[in-house]
This record gives sequence, C-alpha cells and structure tokens, in this order.
Amino acid sequence: MDNLETKPIGPSDQKLMEINMGPQHPATHGVLRLVLQLDGETVIKCTPVIGYLHTGIEKTMENKTYLQALTCTDRIDYLGPMLNNFAYSLAVEKLFELDVPPKAQWARICLAELTRLNSHLVWLGTHALDIGAMTMFFYTFREREVLLKLFEDCSGQRMMTSYIIPGGLYYDLPPDFDKSIRIILETFPSRIDEYEDLLTNNQIWINRTKGVGVISPEDAIGYGLTGPTLRGSGVNYDVRKANPYSGYEKFDFEVPLGSNCDCYDRYLCRVAELRQSLRIIRQAIDGLPDGPFRSENRKFVLPPKFDVFTSMEAMIHHFKLVAHGMIPPAKGEAYVPIESGKGELGFYIVSDGTKKPYRVKVRPPCFINLAAIHKMVEGRLIADVIAVIGSIDIVLGEVDR
Amino acid sequence: MVSFLKTVIKAIPVGLSVTFKNIFRKPTTLEYPEVKPDLSPQYRGLHYLARYDNGEERCVCCGLCAAACPADCIYMEPYENERGERKARIYIINEIRCIFCGYCEEACPEEAIFLGKEFEFSKYEIPDFIYSKEMLLGNFDRIEMERRKKLGMEFIRKTRFDFRMPTPSIGDSESSIEK
Ligand code: SF4
Ligand code: SF4
Repeated sequence: MDNLETKPIGPSDQKLMEINMGPQHPATHGVLRLVLQLDGETVIKCTPVIGYLHTGIEKTMENKTYLQALTCTDRIDYLGPMLNNFAYSLAVEKLFELDVPPKAQWARICLAELTRLNSHLVWLGTHALDIGAMTMFFYTFREREVLLKLFEDCSGQRMMTSYIIPGGLYYDLPPDFDKSIRIILETFPSRIDEYEDLLTNNQIWINRTKGVGVISPEDAIGYGLTGPTLRGSGVNYDVRKANPYSGYEKFDFEVPLGSNCDCYDRYLCRVAELRQSLRIIRQAIDGLPDGPFRSENRKFVLPPKFDVFTSMEAMIHHFKLVAHGMIPPAKGEAYVPIESGKGELGFYIVSDGTKKPYRVKVRPPCFINLAAIHKMVEGRLIADVIAVIGSIDIVLGEVDR
Repeated sequence: MVSFLKTVIKAIPVGLSVTFKNIFRKPTTLEYPEVKPDLSPQYRGLHYLARYDNGEERCVCCGLCAAACPADCIYMEPYENERGERKARIYIINEIRCIFCGYCEEACPEEAIFLGKEFEFSKYEIPDFIYSKEMLLGNFDRIEMERRKKLGMEFIRKTRFDFRMPTPSIGDSESSIEK
C-alpha cells in the first residue's frame, strides 16, 4: 500500500501530477477511487483503491444458516441478484448432494439469462452515459423495467430477489410466467437492434471506444479476467460451455468473441450476448417441464407451504428445518463456478458440519477484472479511463463485498 | 476523410430515426405520488398479523418466524390466555432492520404473519419503525377493511398464498374447529 501515499513532487518528476478520480466521481460506478499519475493528459500510472463499500458480506454469511445466508448474496452484485442466488445455491447443493427437479433447473436457466439481460442492459446504459450518449440510458432502463417487473412477479422484490434457493425455487413460478417471457422475447430483439442503430456505427462512439483499453489475450489470461472482458480479447472461455452446470449443455448457443481486444469489441461481445441470452431463454421456456419446483428431499429443503398445512410429516420437517436450519451431512467444501453477467462467479463454501457455513469465499468477477485496469489505461488519455471503467462493467458492491 | 463523412452521413439519420420512433412510444414512467405503481400479487411490503374470522389473532408465538429471520428483527414473548391458549404478549418487528425477504411468512405454520403491499411508511423517528403487535394487527384490520370495501362488504378470506394454493382455505376450517 506504500505506493498509494502521495509523494511530495520532487524535482525529478516535476511535470507529473497525481490526482484522484473518485470515490465521488459520477463515472466511477459507485465509490471506486483511482489514483492517477498524469503527465499532462496522459495517464502514467493508475492505481485503483477499493474498500469504500466494504460491508463484510462474506463474514456476515458465516454467521447465518445456509438458507439465511442466501439473502446476503443478493446484495453482492445487486444488478444480477438471481445469478448470485444461482451460484450460491449450486455450491450449497454440491455440499448437501441435493437434487434439483427439472422444472426448477429450466426455470433457473431462464431466470439466470433474464438476469444477464438485466445486468448487460444496465451496463450498456451506464457505459453509454459515461461516454456522453445519454439517450441510451433511458432506453435500456425502460427495457430493464420489464425484467424487474417479472422478477417482482416471481419473487416479490425487484432487486433483492432471494428467489433461487438451494434445492429449487423459493416460490412456484407465477401463472403468467410463460406469457411475460413471450412478450419479452417478442419485443427485445427489435430493441437491441435500436441500441445497435444508435451506437454501433456512431462515429463518436467508435472514436471513443475503438483502440481504447487494449489488453492482449496473454495479459487477459494472466490477470485472470473472465466474462466479456476476456472474450473481447478473443479468448474463448465461457463457463457455460467450458464447464456446464445445471443443464447448460442441452442448450444451443454461441459464445461471441472479439478480436481487437478493445472497448469497442467488448461492447460488441456484450450486445451479441444479449441476443444469445434471448436464444437461451426461448429454448428454456419452450422446454420448461412441469413438476415440483423444489426438491423432494425433505431432510434439507423446506416443504412447499401447501404440504405444511395438509401433511403432518411435512409439518414436522418444516418445524425442524426452520428451527435448526439445514445441517450438512458431513464436513466438506464445495465450489461451483457459473458465468455471471460480468464473468466467472463462484462461491467457495467450507462446512464444519454445523448449521452455519464455516467459511464462505466469493470469487467475484468484478474484483479480478478491475485489477487489470492499469494495463488498459496506462499511456492513454484521461478521458479513456472513463471508457475503460465502463467497458469492464464493474459493480462496486461485488468488488468490495 | 471521405469515408468518415460517409459513416457520419449514414449514421445520423439512422440514429435520429430511433429517437423519432421512441417519441411515439407510451412512456413507462409514472407520476408517482398521484399514480401508484401496480404491484404484483407476490409483492413483499409492510408486515401484518392476520386474525381469524372471529377477530382473534392467529399468531401462537411459536417463534419460528424469529428463527427464520436473517436480520434478527423479530422479538416475542408468550403468555397463556384465559382459555389456556398460547398467544404473544409482546410481538415486535423492527421494520428498519427488516430486509423484506419474506422468510417469516414462509416459516409461519399458522398463516399468521404476512408481508402486505404497503411500501410507503417512512417516518421521521427511528423508534416509530418498531412495530408492536397492536400496530401489526392494525395493519391487517386496515387491509381487511379496504378489501371489504372493494368487494362490497362481502367477506372473502384471501391471503397471499391463495393464488398459489387453490384449496378450501385452511384458516376457515381451523377457526370452525375452534368454535
Ligand atoms: S421479512 Fe425477512 S427480515 Fe423481515 S421480519 Fe420477515 S424474516 Fe425478518
Ligand atoms: S407469526 Fe407465525 S411463526 Fe411467528 S410466532 Fe406467530 S405463529 Fe409463530
């Protein structure tokens, strides 16, 4: 941390200036602070300083039972709550060796892709807003409203969903789930075309993003980048393809890749991903099977509310599970990575055989992607820093946790 | 330079046509305080404690909701009423700690606690957010009165689980046993 201290500017670096971008800069997506060393307008050195939004979520999770800890995951990456729920649930299911009924699996994929849409729409709106295209922000947030409404229909909350739980879903799908999704599938492709009309061939957009924030594939792999930030550099790594989970291997979709390693290619990648997500949602909703929405494993999963009132056995399980929590069958550890909107997201859970996790570690894509920012901005102009921050799509809630 | 001009000349009408199209779309924004948002039936808002049809409170102070609560914001103390039934002497929800996750509602074996549709309950003082049993029952009475007014005084018991559970409502059978 000693390099963060503001050095008195000596005679040798008389021309250099050190300034803070953030933590209250409107374009730093929350409370990111970048210490920039400038020579005129050129960035010589860029050091991100994080921790302004640290809430100790990992530690909080260790003091909650497995089901209670789920509510904390919503608050890590608050733009992709279902993806966080999904990753956490998969890790807990691995730990408990739980089975998930097919309906829940398909619905989860559907919801995860909807969340990816949500996350990318916010990214597109704010990225364009940072660079100066204000209209995009209104258009993408209008479309996002439809998704949030659907989340509210499913879970009861727009952002803090806690909907995907270990063993299935928290509530059953709403009766008009199918219909709402069909409406989304109908309207969204033309809306994405509109975004592309506004930006893809826009000369200002191209000038601001093309050739900006270049990171070579070797560096990208070396820094452990994942998600569209990595794929913009042409590295074909998507957890959904490389390491399929929850039945992604059954779905037919492509992984869009960039070639120029710059902000513009990352933009193209994400917009192409929007279309691929719609493709997955269409397959998921077409094949959505019927059946229970939660695992029938009464040892670990709450029985549906209806059973609690009609069957004595379910009532007993209900009391036991609520009062004592889910107790894992053995000591152990589990890690399942998923592809979130930003990259590889995973929860590493260590259990000591009690009702609370012994350790929960989040592998946050934003934190690791942010670590490579100096590679992308050093030697470039200060205005490019804004474009790069936007293009790596950080959520400070996830960076700091 | 020529190619630059070409892209600009092509891109500007395309971009403006998008803007033009959007002028005629219906706005999604609401004039909020006058127009209330249309909440989904699942919405998780301010709590209420339900009553039986005869006006008695349903809660038996079993403590499951407090055990399920991730925010530790429910506190209760039981007592025995004159008929020997266990009821809550004190039942408090600290609405400022609550994260509106709905776990209490899912945990309750008596269909006593629910998350209603109210979301406008901001107050000036923090202690005002600590809802006692009377306030929570009062929430239910208010909701119930509104519903009765809407349905033209015809009483229909309807909880949030009704649209999930198309069953004869269990609460009614229980209250009939009691009678
Ligand atoms: S909604 Fe959640 S946080 Fe609020 S009282 Fe119920 S269980 Fe506790
Ligand atoms: S509200 Fe329900 S869960 Fe909570 S104490 Fe009363 S009966 Fe038990």
